[in-house]
Amino acid sequence: MALTYDDVIAKYEPVLGLEVHVELNTKSKMFCGCSTIFGGEPNTQTCPVCLALPGALPTVNEKAIESTIKIGLALNCSIAPFSRFARKNYFYPDMPKNFQISQYDEPICVNGYVDVEIDTDEGPKVFRIEVERVHMEEDTGKSLHVGGATGRIHGAEYSLLDYNRAGIPLVEIVTKIVPGTGKYAPEVAKAYVAELRDILRSLGVSDVKMEQGSLRCDANVSLRLIGAQTLGTRSETKNVNSLRSVERAIRGEMIRHAELLNKGERVVQETRHFQEDSGLTRSGRSKEQAEDYRYFPEPDLIPVAPDATWIETLRAGLPERPSIHRKRLQEAWAVPDKEMAAMINADVLNIVEATVNLGADPTKARSWWLGEISRIANDKDVAIADLTITPGDVAEIVALVNTGELTDKLARQVIEGVIAGQGKPAAVIAARGIKVVNDDGALMAAIEKVCAEQPETAEKIRNGHLPAAGALIGAVMKETKGQADAARVRTLLLTHLGQGE
Amino acid sequence: MAAQIASGQTSSVELTQAHLDRIESVDTDVHAFLFVDSQGALAQAAAVDAKRAAGEKLSPLAGVPLALKDVMTQKGIPTTAGSKILEGWRPPYDSTVVVNLKKNDIVILGKTNMDEFAMGSSTENSAYGPTHNPWDLTRIPGGSGGGSSAALAAFEAPLAIGTDTGGSIRQPAAVTGTVGVKPTYGGVSRFGLIAFSSSLDQAGPCARTVLDAALLHEAIAGHDPKDSTSINAPVPQVVNAAKSGDVKGMKIGVVKELNGEGYQSGVRTRFDESLELLAAAGAEIIEVSAPNFEYALAAYYLIAPSECSSNLARFDAMRYGLRVGDVDGASAESVMNLTREVGFGREVKRRIILGTYALSSGYYDAYYGSAQKVRTLITQDFNKAFEKCDVMVSPTCPTTAFKIGEKSNDPIAMYLNDIATIPVNMAGIGGMSLPAGLAPEDGLPVGFQIMAPAMQDQRMYLVGAALEAALLTKWGAPLLSLAPVLAGK
Amino acid sequence: MSSLSRDDVANLARLARIEMSEAELVSLSSEFTVILDAVARVQEVAGADVEPTSHPLPLRNVFRPDVVVASLTSGEALSGAPAQEESRFRVPQILGEE
Repeated sequence: MALTYDDVIAKYEPVLGLEVHVELNTKSKMFCGCSTIFGGEPNTQTCPVCLALPGALPTVNEKAIESTIKIGLALNCSIAPFSRFARKNYFYPDMPKNFQISQYDEPICVNGYVDVEIDTDEGPKVFRIEVERVHMEEDTGKSLHVGGATGRIHGAEYSLLDYNRAGIPLVEIVTKIVPGTGKYAPEVAKAYVAELRDILRSLGVSDVKMEQGSLRCDANVSLRLIGAQTLGTRSETKNVNSLRSVERAIRGEMIRHAELLNKGERVVQETRHFQEDSGLTRSGRSKEQAEDYRYFPEPDLIPVAPDATWIETLRAGLPERPSIHRKRLQEAWAVPDKEMAAMINADVLNIVEATVNLGADPTKARSWWLGEISRIANDKDVAIADLTITPGDVAEIVALVNTGELTDKLARQVIEGVIAGQGKPAAVIAARGIKVVNDDGALMAAIEKVCAEQPETAEKIRNGHLPAAGALIGAVMKETKGQADAARVRTLLLTHLGQGE
Repeated sequence: MAAQIASGQTSSVELTQAHLDRIESVDTDVHAFLFVDSQGALAQAAAVDAKRAAGEKLSPLAGVPLALKDVMTQKGIPTTAGSKILEGWRPPYDSTVVVNLKKNDIVILGKTNMDEFAMGSSTENSAYGPTHNPWDLTRIPGGSGGGSSAALAAFEAPLAIGTDTGGSIRQPAAVTGTVGVKPTYGGVSRFGLIAFSSSLDQAGPCARTVLDAALLHEAIAGHDPKDSTSINAPVPQVVNAAKSGDVKGMKIGVVKELNGEGYQSGVRTRFDESLELLAAAGAEIIEVSAPNFEYALAAYYLIAPSECSSNLARFDAMRYGLRVGDVDGASAESVMNLTREVGFGREVKRRIILGTYALSSGYYDAYYGSAQKVRTLITQDFNKAFEKCDVMVSPTCPTTAFKIGEKSNDPIAMYLNDIATIPVNMAGIGGMSLPAGLAPEDGLPVGFQIMAPAMQDQRMYLVGAALEAALLTKWGAPLLSLAPVLAGK
Repeated sequence: MSSLSRDDVANLARLARIEMSEAELVSLSSEFTVILDAVARVQEVAGADVEPTSHPLPLRNVFRPDVVVASLTSGEALSGAPAQEESRFRVPQILGEE
């Protein structure tokens, strides 16, 4: 019988380790001047350096150093006064030099931390995740595996290599081991990656889109009996492409480990791949026989010794911390904690903020994004951020409702149209002929018609039975194809039937 | 020669053609060249002649032909590094050295033979057969840059480019009676220099006279933003130094640990005589000691293989070069393994394995790590000695040219050829070898090595020019005109 | 006396991706006994108080501005390729895991 999560945490406690790789948004590659623009024709953004032609030499991208220092500062790290690049030697066709230029025992940033807040049974709790190091390295090329059933590496007949992405700057952020999360391990991991993402986004150093691979998370998990001192064997899970997957992967691995341990079996130290559809992991490369990378200092590059002035200038230019930023928004918008959490969970906080920045009232902005738009996203099974509608569109719609040119009901139609790809709000309004009927004369005409058609209901209202108005208002709405302002109709109707104030 | 062209006495095309003819006549015996670019060279020469006719101001060496060690990339021209694994490869880019040669309108005749991937001291490790010493065709021309030096000695080219990691410019110069200079590390760009040992490799000028070498040195040296290890400072004034040759008052330090004990007697004789000539020219000869030099060879044979084991990893049959074993059912891994087995020669494989071992987990500290410390000690020795003298000197190598095949089965005996040259690379300073005469017992050339502190390359040229002038007076004619085989130009 | 057994050499050859013959493995193993003895001398002077030298020049902070420079054309990039297909380098099936 499969274990439940509750079974697992009753007996074991997890220890986490998280490695996050960030693709920097520099214009040129880490060690050469080739463009980093995504989606180019194969092998059109390569040069002797990133192709590893004989005789080529790397040169360090200054902006990449700057971005890495900013990341380190934002994560409360110390910036090493002296750091060096090192060669990590192993053979793989997507890595042209058959070594990766990375950093080994002298990384550029060390000993930082990130605080994350999650909801626990005892209320909100802050966990501090310690960051061991932040270092720079380069990405590999991309391979297409041809001939196999699934386009994956197993069973492929041959592979085709494109080195456009070889040499893209990567920053690796490695946590120290994270004990003490107990049953909240999955949430803590997710919150950490989310916070990291928000920090990186606020620094402007990366697109940080997990689904596109500019933010990659490898999750390490091990279990030990509650109260034990020694660490259990850990597994590393790759291919975790969304925040939700981080949570699911950790939860899944905890259960898998527990099942093995309960049976008296050993957890194998290995790399596993997360499967989106099942939420489970599949065995990958065994890490038991760890490859000897034969690290040594990169002789073609000169050590990095950032001077204090430069570091302080960068520190002074850091943007507001996301957690502080969030608190400020919460106060400014007067939003209760639960709603704030809802926005953060649904990952719409910046979208809402962007909408507010374009003039929309915070409450209205929130209610549209968390309400109608969220519902549509769920129905379509996509992320809100992937819908066609923008903060600008929503701000425009809110403005139109404010001026009375749209009712809430009509606004919903416009939203639906924009998401369906029918264009911007103005275009949708024009195409569908959406128009609030404001003209009292037209409304009166409709009201009189409806009263004539439903004389008994009209009589009830004349006699003071106000709830009956609902049916007539509905009929008027139908008559005006939903384009009347229901509130206005009610006022006019009641006045017409002698019940007006 | 440049003066001849400049004055119009001869044209670059005539000069180039004469050298191509010479190559055709002697290179079957000498085998200095792996590829002769007749068409390209004549086209370059014609272009230079046209520029001159149009009245353009040209550089001092414009129109003079040159031989290029086949370890430097030249766009569209076969570049093999002396290895089968790059047979037929034509680079899509020029090394910075070649860019600078072209900027100076120097005509590149072709690519010269070398020990495979610059590993060796005799050019016997070339996958394309050895080069023969023009002084005695049964003997080695030195290595790894034997082709370049032999081309000079055989008058197939007046200028050449070599590279030096442990002595590969200087030792061939010594055994062929020519001049070879390894500039301070970082003085000449390594961009396009097929890497053997990145922290030791350096390209440098080879010629028949000290002044020619100086002119070539100034043409190729300088900061290159594409090479992060290149020196960002003006090129030292080596031409002025070579023209001056005034050593009055200079202190010349004879390295006690490299003073020729155990070396061939003719090597010692010529060395001592050179010291006397320099003293007569006004220099003061003193003795200096460098106690850590005895560890230099060991450290070199850890550092260089370690770096090369990593540098040569890129030769994997995936993107360029030889591919072997790509048959049905083969994997990328098996193709890689087989190609490297077949494409690399014995010495290269030996060093790759040694380097892989020296870097491996558990052995790093004992081997590579310790070797890097020896480097520090050697640098300290040089620094201390240079407080007492302006340059340091030694015989370039322990013996004259040995017979082809004589040492090829004894790697350690082969490695000992570099015992006097290696310390220079370990410290990253400059080193020059120039001809000191012939050894009486075998009539073969002996080299005199001058070492200058980092970034003071001009001192080598000063002392070299002084010695060269004194020896010329003594011999009455350039040394190379005494060579039995060489017709001279 | 330091030495490498034939199996040690075979492991190193695997790490270095060279498919050596049995004869090569055996002869390298015996050569290394001599070579390792010779190079191990470095340990005699490599005290704990000596700093290792990785770069002969005392340079620091050599950077390149973040500016795009023209790349090779795909034709030039692929010019040396032993095999290519649709502007990509074609390589035999890769067995190892990514």
